[in-house]
Formats: sequence, C-alpha cells, structure tokens
Amino acid sequence: MKTILMATTALAMSTYALSAGEIAPTDVSYTDGAVAMSLSGQPGDAAEGRSIVGNKKKGNCVACHAVSDLADVPFQGEIGPSLDGAGDRWTEEELRGLVANAKMTFEGSMMPSFYKTEGFIRPGKAYTGKAADDTFGPLLTAQQIEDVVAYLITLKE
Amino acid sequence: MYNNKTVLGALGGLLMTAGLAIADPVDDTLILNEETELVTRTAAPAHMADVVDEVISGWHFRGVETRAMQADDFDNPGMIFVEQAEDVWNTADGSEGKSCSSCHEGSDSMKGVKAVYPKWNEGAGEVRTLEMQINDCRENRMGAEKWKYTGGSMQNMIALISSVSRGVPVNVAIDGPAQSTWEQGKELYYTRTGQLELSCANCHEDNYGNMIRADHLSQGQINGFPVYRLKNTKLNSVHARFKGCVRDTRAETYKPGSAEFTALELYVASRGNGLSVEGPSVRN
Ligand code: HEC
Ligand code: HEC
Repeated sequence: MKTILMATTALAMSTYALSAGEIAPTDVSYTDGAVAMSLSGQPGDAAEGRSIVGNKKKGNCVACHAVSDLADVPFQGEIGPSLDGAGDRWTEEELRGLVANAKMTFEGSMMPSFYKTEGFIRPGKAYTGKAADDTFGPLLTAQQIEDVVAYLITLKE
Repeated sequence: MYNNKTVLGALGGLLMTAGLAIADPVDDTLILNEETELVTRTAAPAHMADVVDEVISGWHFRGVETRAMQADDFDNPGMIFVEQAEDVWNTADGSEGKSCSSCHEGSDSMKGVKAVYPKWNEGAGEVRTLEMQINDCRENRMGAEKWKYTGGSMQNMIALISSVSRGVPVNVAIDGPAQSTWEQGKELYYTRTGQLELSCANCHEDNYGNMIRADHLSQGQINGFPVYRLKNTKLNSVHARFKGCVRDTRAETYKPGSAEFTALELYVASRGNGLSVEGPSVRN
C-alpha cells in the first residue's frame, strides 16, 4: 500500500528545480485542456516514458490504467480507461494536458495532476503522512511528462 | 449454502493470482463456526440511498483462503488476541485493584456494545470511540494507565468486545447530539486530500469492486474491525487503517484518536448500519 500510486523519489523531489527552457507548473497554460508547448523545452523519450508509466515509484499509471504494451507489468488497474489507442484518440498537445492536469480535460477527474504544485488540501511529504516541506515538487518533472507523452503517442490500435 | 459457491470462490482466487481482474465482490455466505450466518451484504441505510443500493462487507472482496480463515475461530488468527484479552478482562490493574469484570461481570455482558460505537457520551458531551471509553474506565474507575490508542493491549480488548457482538447488526446513531460530529465525518469522507487529491469516496464509493494496482477495492467498511492482516500479522485499528489510506493520498494524516478520525469513524460506521459486527476479521 505504501507506494500504491505514483511516487516521485525523495531524491528527485529535493533536487527539483527548473532548468533553462522549462515551464513552471504554475505557468502552464491550458487551452481546452491541451498544452501546446513542450514543458521542458525538449522532445520526450518514449522508451523512458514507457518505464515511467509502468513504474510504481514514478508515474505508476498502471495503478489505474491497463496498457497491453506493458504486458510484463503485473496487476494493472481498472479505475481509468485502457490506454491502448490513446495515441489515436488524442493529439500530443491534448495528451500533455491530460498528464499534466487531467482535471482541465475531465472536470473532477479522479486522475491525479502530475504537474501541479498548488491548491492541495493537506499536502503531505510523499508517502510519509507528514506535512509537505520545502522539498515539495510536482509528481513528475517537466521532462518526465514529455517522456510519458512521447510514449502515449506510440499507443496506436 | 450451495456447494457451487465454494467452487466459484476457488476459481476466483485462481484467476486473481493469474493477474486477471475480478470486478465484483465474491458471491458467498459467511457462516461463523458452521452455525451463525452473518449479514455481509444488505440494503443501504436510508442516509446512503442516493449513493449506493447495497452495503457490502470487506469480506466479500478478499480471496477464498482469507474468507475461510475468518469463518472458523480456530483458523482466525485474530482469536488468539481475543483469548489474551479475556485474561486481561479478569485481571485487576491500577490503584483501585479492579478489573473489567469487577464492574461488568463476564465479557459476554458486552454483547451489542460494539454495534453502537462510536456513540454520544452525555457526561463528556462528545462522541466517543470504544477506545476512548475503555481508556476512561481504565483511568477513572481502575486508576490504571491509559492504553496506546492503536496498540496491542487496546486492540486486543476491542477484538474481545467485538467478538461477543458478532452477528449483531451495526446500528450507530447519527441524529440527535451525534449529528454534527456525523456531518463533520461526512465532510472528511468526501474531501479530496493530499497531492493525489483523492477522497475516501473516490476509492470506496466510486470504485469498489475495481482493481487499483494489486488491490481489490472494497467499500472500506469497518464492521470487521479490528482487522487481523496477514500482511503485518497483527490486529489493526480503525484509525490506523484511516491513517494508512490518507497517507496513500500523499497527504498529511490526522492522528489516531483525534477528533477528526473519531468523526470519520462515526460516519464510516454509519455507512455500514445493517451489516453484522464481524471483528476480529481477517484481511490480506
Ligand atoms: C488514480 C487513478 C489514475 C491514475 C494514477 C492515472 N490516471 Fe489517467 N485517467 C484516470 C481516469 C479515471 C480517467 C478517465 C477520465 C475521467 O473520467 O476522469 C483517466 C484518463 C486518462 C487518459 C485519457 C484516456 C482516453 O484515452 O480516453 C489518459 C491518456 C491518461 N489517463 C493517462 C494517464 C497517465 C499517462 C498516467 C500516469 C502518468 C495516468 N493516466 C494516471 C485515472 C488515473
Ligand atoms: C487511493 C485509494 C484509496 C483511498 C483514497 C482510500 N482508501 Fe481505504 N483502502 C484502499 C485499499 C486499496 C484498501 C485495501 C482493499 C480494500 O479493503 O478496499 C483500503 C482499505 C480500507 C479499509 C479496510 C476495509 C476492510 O474491510 O478491511 C477501510 C476501513 C478504509 N480503506 C477506509 C478508508 C477511508 C475512511 C478513507 C478516506 C479517509 C479511505 N479508505 C481512502 C484504498 C484507498
């Protein structure tokens, strides 16, 4: 249960800082839920994205979504729709918006916002149960979001 | 009891291990020690009629072995702690030289008590959990030290008091003086906390029956507490469970024994009004 959903490692959080060309979580602009520009200013790496989607300690998207391409990852969830064919259903810009903050596309969605740092009720320090401190950062970094988006685009039926 | 249910149950267990999702709670009947049939699913209480039709014990969401363990006192590891508490029940402690039995006679005199807790305490002017009541007896009647809220001595005693109520329907009062506490608990139940912005309802009302990673989500009922978990091989209190679930939303948790968790406990208990008291139950 400890790492049931996505867990950015403590290390990644404490070293979290914006690098050149990155858009801060508080500066992302959404148009009908979509985000036009790369959040890191760089293209994403689909192979890295694949590992983030399946990894308990990173995106852990499979806690809620099934992905046939990740057949090697056991226990895929059934809270959200299967991500198979996500690359057909959505554009890159829409997928970026969905991963960064799905609530901009689906109002009240249960899906967590992976690139957001404000507006939480009783935010904690990762999975410790303690209050958040100055190491608090978004669930995924700008580059990790881009990597995940690059992977999702490859998911065609 | 139909035999084919057992067969289906076994099949369910197999499919689960193979990684295939079983969406629905298992169709099975909990018969305690081959004699007492417990109510593990029933019509939702009136105050929940607009959110779910049926309330279902967590027992239905567990695997075939775990369910079987709970059905037999010899197989239920939680019953070892009940026996330990039975000794404590009769042992004097504290400056007054009294035991629980000095005031209450046998532990079976507690039948029905677990079903109505948390409960309004007129003298104290607050809603109290069973843990709070036990510590009140220890401090003020026995002159003994308080037990740690989620600790072994306390949860063993809760398990004993629960065990004598098994089969009695949960029936906590939510009106009258308890109402404002109940409403506070309801508010907490629906608040999306932490960095994951998840409420109890997101998982246990909207998604019970669904898999969240390797976990088969139940309705998060508390009629089976304290719960013996195979995972940590001890009795787990309601507030420890709440704390774990809130922590998993990447939130700052409340403390066991806090006013917030007491209110939440009253509310969650009321969502199970009509289910049999089952504690100590067995879960993975
Ligand atoms: C706690 C549950 C949860 C987690 C974790 C989660 N999602 Fe979702 N996701 C949902 C739900 C629920 C929906 C459906 C939208 C709705 O109704 O709110 C959804 C929708 C989506 C969609 C649109 C699906 C479609 O094709 O229609 C995509 C793409 C997506 N999620 C990607 C991801 C990725 C990538 C991650 C991890 C980085 C992730 N999700 C993590 C719950 C989750
Ligand atoms: C991210 C999902 C999630 C959230 C949010 C969540 N829980 Fe849970 N909860 C679980 C899982 C997974 C389990 C273990 C499987 C089960 O029994 O549902 C569990 C188990 C429980 C149990 C034990 C049930 C039993 O029969 O043993 C209770 C009680 C409970 N939760 C109450 C709550 C309450 C109250 C809240 C809100 C404060 C909450 N949960 C929030 C995921 C969640």
